[in-house]
Amino acid sequence: MTIRALRDDYHGEFKDSLEKFGGAQLVYLGWDKHQMFCSSRAFPLPPEMRFQELLDNVMPEAFGQHPEFNQIDWNKAQWILDNSAFQPDHSKSLTELDIGHKSLLRLVTPELTGYKGAGI
Amino acid sequence: MSPKKLNLKDKYKLLTRDLDWEFSYEDRKEAFPYEEFEGIKITDWDKWEDPFRLTMESYWKYQAEKEKKLYAIYDAFAQNNGQTNVTDARYVNAIKLFLTGVSPGEHAAHLGFAFTGRQMGGIGARVAAQMQSIDELRHIQTQIHAMSHYNKFFDGFDEFNHMHDRLWYLSVPKSFFEDARTAGPFEFMIAIGFSFEYVLTNLLFVPFMSGAAYNGDMATVTFGFSAQSDEARHMTLGLEIIKFILEQHEDNLPIVQKWLDKWLWRGYRLLTLVAMMMDYMLPQKVMSWQEAWELYFEDAGGSLFKDLERYGIKMPDYTETIKQEKEHLSHQAWWIFYQYTHAAAFHTWTPTAEEMDWLSEKYPDTFDKYYRPRWELAAEMEAKGERFYTTGLPQLCQTCQIPMAFTEMSDPTQVSYRESIYNDERFHFCSDPCKSIFDNEPEKYVHAWLPVHQILQGNCGGGGLDKVMEYYHLDDGVANLEFEGSPDAERWKEWKGVA
Repeated sequence: MTIRALRDDYHGEFKDSLEKFGGAQLVYLGWDKHQMFCSSRAFPLPPEMRFQELLDNVMPEAFGQHPEFNQIDWNKAQWILDNSAFQPDHSKSLTELDIGHKSLLRLVTPELTGYKGAGI
Repeated sequence: MSPKKLNLKDKYKLLTRDLDWEFSYEDRKEAFPYEEFEGIKITDWDKWEDPFRLTMESYWKYQAEKEKKLYAIYDAFAQNNGQTNVTDARYVNAIKLFLTGVSPGEHAAHLGFAFTGRQMGGIGARVAAQMQSIDELRHIQTQIHAMSHYNKFFDGFDEFNHMHDRLWYLSVPKSFFEDARTAGPFEFMIAIGFSFEYVLTNLLFVPFMSGAAYNGDMATVTFGFSAQSDEARHMTLGLEIIKFILEQHEDNLPIVQKWLDKWLWRGYRLLTLVAMMMDYMLPQKVMSWQEAWELYFEDAGGSLFKDLERYGIKMPDYTETIKQEKEHLSHQAWWIFYQYTHAAAFHTWTPTAEEMDWLSEKYPDTFDKYYRPRWELAAEMEAKGERFYTTGLPQLCQTCQIPMAFTEMSDPTQVSYRESIYNDERFHFCSDPCKSIFDNEPEKYVHAWLPVHQILQGNCGGGGLDKVMEYYHLDDGVANLEFEGSPDAERWKEWKGVA
């Protein structure tokens, strides 16, 4: 049973389905062990955006306030997409990389341990 | 001839149980259309034991008496400029949070109990729920009146009602009550009547009311006293409803257990706001969140669950997680509000050196290791004139709607991410219990009104953050941002003659 309701055929409207974002898709971006940012962030992005554009334009907006941001070596960065390890080709688009609507993309930088090495 | 005076017993009978009638020409099921779909089996409503013997007539008398005293104190508080006697202007932010985050919940409870007071088949339960419904309406009214005096001198109070339906963090209490109110009458009674009013209410009211007492806020303290006898009635109703349902039929046990598992977690997540209020917002602190949790949940709740064991009820599995989270919760919560305070209707601040020492003492295993450095970073940035307001919008949990800020208890620096895929769409959760609540009833949560997604869909004023602020009726640069330098702080200094 997917809900206990007065009517067995009750169906809830999907409030956040893809078509509601005016051509964009939602992508959540997180930076593991960098808790200066209290949580991962939600960004509406065009599905045809190249990964390189995401690195150049979106990542600074998401995480540029962090003192370690400029030390990130993007060629060594590790990624977790929807809970699986992920190796993006920077020239491909979100769609080509299977970064879907409401996907969670996490950046992992083991050599950067956060403010005072405390995961912050 | 003088009318015959009824004795108490007869009066009680005539004005409660005797108000019911037999359905001789209408179908009873049509009169109570919500009574069966939840699967709860009631075999005999006459077994209901009235949790308190109170007729409507004496209810009005008691309440009117209490109101008279309460409003006399409000008047005195206003005439004596009581707002100048609180410990510090920072304190007032705790009651801004109360008025915007808690008081509308009283109204939601009023509506919910009006619903169950109509829809439950037994007259005894209906009358009790109706009285609680009126109590809840009284509570929101008296809370608004208690705080209206502060509204004359501090920012952030005036649009509480408008904000309740819009602001990102207020969707947390709002969706909590809407979840309960859109359930059937029995789930509502277990959700609000038992889990919230009986098990968790002390963790909401005692901290706020003692916080008020410790910080010189006589208006709020007096409200608390006036509500106390109502709360005592609500607690007995909560306990009666769960025992009654469990005694009616053995098939009710698994349904009730599932509701308890869901609602104790939902309630606990909601209390995150109380945790940060206690540890970070009160200038004069009462006790730590951890101490409150141990006293009111682990000790008091523990013996309650022992009592319920004879019905087969078990303590939810996740209480071990909560036990670990009690050393982290308030710190993680205040950090959310600290960095998103530009979009909140109250001020935030970094704890003072003395407050940080208090936190170290209260949280010896976690504060210095995980959280003190956050405040040091914040202070460093502030010293450079770059007070930390974060960019972007947070990812929210689909169930509790709190930003995804909670961490794994096995590794407190790692955010806890959970997800489910339902009908090809991804949904994200802050924790195992929030995920399983969704998985049990996905059709209910797929249409959650998540504030961040609504902003990004252009449904909150459209355009940039300035439009969102207009939509919120949030007076930018006045009611939001850092406490130091705020109009509240400046006025306070003027009253106190501090340069």
